Order: sequence, then structure tokens, then C-alpha cells
Amino acid sequence: MDDQHEIVIEPGAGVMRYWNDLWHYRELFYFLAWRDILVRYKQTFIGIAWALVRPLLTMIVFTIIFGKIAKLPSEGVPYPIMVFAAMLPWQFFASAISEASNSLIGNTNLISKVYFPRLIIPTSSVITSFVDFLISGGILICLMAWYRFVPDWRILTLPLFIIIAFASAMGGGLLLTALNVKYRDFRYIVPFIAQFGLYISPVGFSSSVIPSQWRLLYSLNPMVGVIDGFRWAILGGKAQIFWPGFFLSITLVAALFVTGLWYFRKMERTFADVI
Amino acid sequence: MSNTVIKVDNLGKKYTIRHEQKERYTALRDVLARGIKNAGKRLLSPFTVYHSPFTSSQEDFWALKNVSFEVKQGEKIGIIGRNGAGKSTLLKILSRITEPTTGRIKLRGKVASLLEVGTGFHPELTGRENIYLNGAILGMTKAEIKRKFDEIVFFSEIEKFLDTPVKRYSSGMYVRLAFAVAAHLEPEILIVDEVLAVGDAQFQKKCIGKMDEIGNQGRTVLFVSHNLAMVTALTTKAVLLADGRAVEDGPTGPVIDRYMRMMSSDIDLSLSERTDRKGSGNLVIVDFAIEDAQGSRNNVAVSGQEARFVIRFKRNPDCNMDNVIFSFSIESLTGEKLLLFANDITGDSFSGLPLEGNAVCTIPKFPLIPGIYRITVWARRNQEFLDWISPAAEIQVMDGDFFGTGRRKKEKFGPFLAAHSWVVESVQG
Repeated sequence: MDDQHEIVIEPGAGVMRYWNDLWHYRELFYFLAWRDILVRYKQTFIGIAWALVRPLLTMIVFTIIFGKIAKLPSEGVPYPIMVFAAMLPWQFFASAISEASNSLIGNTNLISKVYFPRLIIPTSSVITSFVDFLISGGILICLMAWYRFVPDWRILTLPLFIIIAFASAMGGGLLLTALNVKYRDFRYIVPFIAQFGLYISPVGFSSSVIPSQWRLLYSLNPMVGVIDGFRWAILGGKAQIFWPGFFLSITLVAALFVTGLWYFRKMERTFADVI
Repeated sequence: MSNTVIKVDNLGKKYTIRHEQKERYTALRDVLARGIKNAGKRLLSPFTVYHSPFTSSQEDFWALKNVSFEVKQGEKIGIIGRNGAGKSTLLKILSRITEPTTGRIKLRGKVASLLEVGTGFHPELTGRENIYLNGAILGMTKAEIKRKFDEIVFFSEIEKFLDTPVKRYSSGMYVRLAFAVAAHLEPEILIVDEVLAVGDAQFQKKCIGKMDEIGNQGRTVLFVSHNLAMVTALTTKAVLLADGRAVEDGPTGPVIDRYMRMMSSDIDLSLSERTDRKGSGNLVIVDFAIEDAQGSRNNVAVSGQEARFVIRFKRNPDCNMDNVIFSFSIESLTGEKLLLFANDITGDSFSGLPLEGNAVCTIPKFPLIPGIYRITVWARRNQEFLDWISPAAEIQVMDGDFFGTGRRKKEKFGPFLAAHSWVVESVQG
């Protein structure tokens, strides 16, 4: 019998083994995300259209309210495109934190009956939201074609900003997931964060409308950096970015990611006992 | 080949029970409210010592303590013990679902544990999709599942329904598919909970055959069950747990004997003193007895004669106690469930229960052959389990003239007796 399969179970077992296990179970990320997507499209009547309709309607409403009625500036690009470039990371973040925070509660039977690194469950929810993000990305391409809008070289940096968006979704998601297991009333707080965040983040308007003395304070919201980054990359030449604020936001994203991961790992060993 | 594959060393698991808390889970709201309340108390009378909100009325409970045993490669070992003895905690630690508080376990080889069949099955997905999903959850890679797919489908006998959502499966089909996936894990150490107690008899036989086969391939099987007959049939060694400790380990036969002696000594205690019960306690069963036709109470029933089973209860005066369902089951000494008696299946319902009273069940012709049997007794109300005690009593069934002919049924045809009669009818042809 080979010794590589020797497992020692003791209080506070090794960190290395955890990441090894995570690697061993890597296909489960895919399977759980695949399950969630499959089930969603089997259950909901409008199926895949759901991923299209939600951001599209929000974009139309924001364009009318902020662009047409409030007549806010649009950084020199069509207002719908400006809104949509921000809708992408915001929707991803909002749906990732709400799906992830419910994921452990929704998979109670898995947690109390089989072992695998628990990190896989909320991460799969984030991946599921990422698939919606990609679908919404398709709408943006259609919008750009409709307005005959051609992005410049900056679009090539988009993957970098997607990674930052992913890190913020993971960080927020893991933190709220662990808190939601410990304190069940967090499920009332998460929708509030998602709703409230939409208004305090520069989704419906450009963050250039914020008076310059407040910009750094405004950037304490990590999503400000993520959204501004997306706009900078997608809208090209005319979009301005406030770099000090951006780096502040990115630092906070990194802090959120590390805190979320640390807190999740710390709480993880007790999940099976408290859930 | 007698190397040790499982070595459990001084294992302990501590749970903290909060008495004050009635909710099943913590809410941030309550933590904050408690904190503010205590801070307020402290402000009002700063010189009194108060417990912190987080440590008040907590009690440590050791579900397992100082458990040590070894399992050698290829051994089939049973874990037995009554409810609350720590069996499921041990299983959860062995399957790495929860961490021990003290001690360590060394496992050599790939471990698969089956604490439930069909973990992670999703009702909306098809049989095919669920095979992949369940396989991945149990730790198989996609390639491995693909390779064994046909074998799994063949074993489960559901070929025709592969592309039907499992929510439309019968419970038998569901269990068959779930077991089939698990049975093809090919682990070196297999940990199984009582999952085999499901499905029809024929499939159960197939599952036991599969487990035997796994055992004979030099793999190690750890089997937890209440069904002593199954433990005897499947295992060669056993570990007996009682109150979180391993009190005996060795060849299955003697360990089971010890367990049965232990259960008999439980029965000597009066029901109101028993602590190994489950339920909310809004109604407690304080006594269980059989009354014969003359009204004398003992634990003896006679085959074929009337038997009155009396459940004495006390209820919480503050609770509404309508529609309480009293039940008891009769089991063989090896744990096979033989008969169930309950007032919901007979359609008898009671409202306005007295504070203390007897629930009496009359069986006109007692239908079991002579022998010793065990009783499990419980009461529930809607979804709430009020009380549950197992085993609550041991009863003796005496020989009686069931058929009124002075003749007896032979024991090898099973324990049941049924009144019947015969005629011969000629067929015109």
C-alpha cells in the first residue's frame, strides 16, 4: 500500500493537506457550478433569458433616469454602454455574494454527510455567477455593435480587471458565507448590501460626477475601483480614472479577499457541527 | 497481510451545549441583544458579577472520550452501541466531516464513506447527470466515472430511466442508483452507516453481496448498524461504544453478547429514570407494561390471547396536547423490527389529554410465537417528537393456543401468527 494515501486526522490538521485536497477535488468546482446552472435553466420558465433580461432592464432604467432625466455626463460615450460597462462587474459581485452566502445553507446535506474542502461550495456559486457575467458580456458586445462603438487597446487589459472583480466577489462571498452559517439572520443583510451597494457604487452614473475632494473617500468602496477599471478598459480613450482612488480600492479588494478566505477557513472546521 | 490500516488513538470529541438557547442556530440579533442586556445590567448594578453572554449556561459534553482501537487490512469491523453512544460522531470524524477535539486517527489507503445514499442527488437532474454529480461529490474524477458508468447503470437496473429526472423515480429506483454509484468507488477503506437498511429485500441482498465482495478483495470495511443480525452476518470483529467510550472490542459474537447484556440492564431501570431518551419532553412516557385479561400488570403476553399494552404518560400542563400519536414497535433481540402499533394508523385520535394518564392499546389475538422481544415506545405530535425510548422494555411471549386447535406453528417459518381458515372448492371444467 502506498504511503501517499496515509491520512492523519487530528485537531487542527495541516494546511498543506487542505490545498492538496482542494486540488484533488478540483473537478467538483465544475460539477457543482454545472449543477446550479442546469437546475436553474430547468426550473425557471424563461430559462437562459433570465441572465439577459435582468441586466438589460436595469440598464434601460438607469439610462432613462440618470442619462435622460438627470442628464448626468457620460464620458463621451453612449450612456447605455457606459452603464452596461459598470453593470457587468456590479451584477457579478451582487449575484456572487448573494448566491455564495446561501450556498452552504442550501447544501446542508453535503456538509453533514461527506467530506470535501468546503471552500468548493461558495466558490462554485461564484463561478455560476461568473457564467452569467459572461452571458451579460455578450449583451455588451451587441450594444457596442449597435452603437458602432469600437474600443481601443485598453480592452486588452480587461482580463486583469476581471481578475480583480473575481477577487472581490470571492472575498465578499466567502466572508458572508461564513457569517451566514454562524449567524443565520445574515441572509436578511445580504440582499440589503446588494441593493444598497447598487446606489452607492458608480453603476448608473460615472464616478467623475463625485466632487474631487470626496473621490478618495468614495473609493473606500472597493467596487468603485473595480467599476472604474472596467470603464477605463472598455470605454477607451475618453474614460478617465482617478488613480489614487483606484489603488485604494484595489488594496481594499485584496484585503477583502484575504479576510474572507481567512475567516472562511477559520470557521470551516466547525461548519458540520453548527449547521 | 496484517498491517494496521486504521489506528484510532485516544480520540475525543467535545460539544458545547447551550442550555439557555432555544433556537437551533445563532442569530446575530440575539448575540447583540444579549450583549446589550448584560451591559445594561452592569451599568445599573456595577458591583454584581455577571457571566459573559458567551459563556453563560454552557455545558461541555464529550460525545467521544479516550476511544482507541485498531483495524487491520481486510478486516470487516462493526461499530455497535445504542443511540447517543457516539457511533455517528465516530463516523463523522473518520470521514473527516468534523474534527476531533483530542487524539488522532491514522488511516492508510483511500477512504470512502457512505453515511447516506444519494448525498447531493438533485431531484431536477436526470439519472445520468446525478451519477456524475454524486460520483464527483464522493471523490471520483470525471474520467473514473466515465469508465465505470456502464457498470453503475447495470448494477442499478435503471437503464430505461437514465434520462428521466430522479424526482420521478420510485424510492426503490432512487436508492438503487445511489448505492450503485457508491458501490463503485473502489476505496481501500469503506465506511458504511446503516444505509443498507433501505430498498427492497432483493436489492438489499445485492448490496450485502457487493459489500462482501469489497471485503473479500482485501479491503477494509467499517460498518455501523443497529441491526445486530446484519452486523453478525457482515463483520468478523466489532467495537462496542457506550457513553462515548469503547467498552469492548474483539470478535463480533462476544461483543454482541455484551451489548445485549448491557441493553437488558437498561431495561431494569424504570422508564422515568431513563436518560437515553430523545424528544422535546413536553410529554414523557413514565411506564410501559402489559396487562392481562385479569388486569394484573407484568411483561408477559400469550400467543393468541388478548393483550393490553399500557403506556403511562405525564404531559406538560402548558402545552396544547391534541392529536398526540402514541406508538410502540416490537423488535426481535437482534434488532429486526417486527410489528408497529400506533393510534394514527388505526384512526383513533385523542384530544384534551389528562395531565397524567394511560394510553391503552388492545391487541385481540397476540400474533407472535413464544420468545423474548423488545419494545421501542414513542409519542409525537405533528412534527414534534415528544419522547422516544429504545429499548423501553423486554417482553416475554408465552405459548398459547393461537389457533384453538392445540397445534403450533414451527419457528423456522418466522415469528408471526395469523388467523386463517381453509376450504376446498371444486372447479367445474
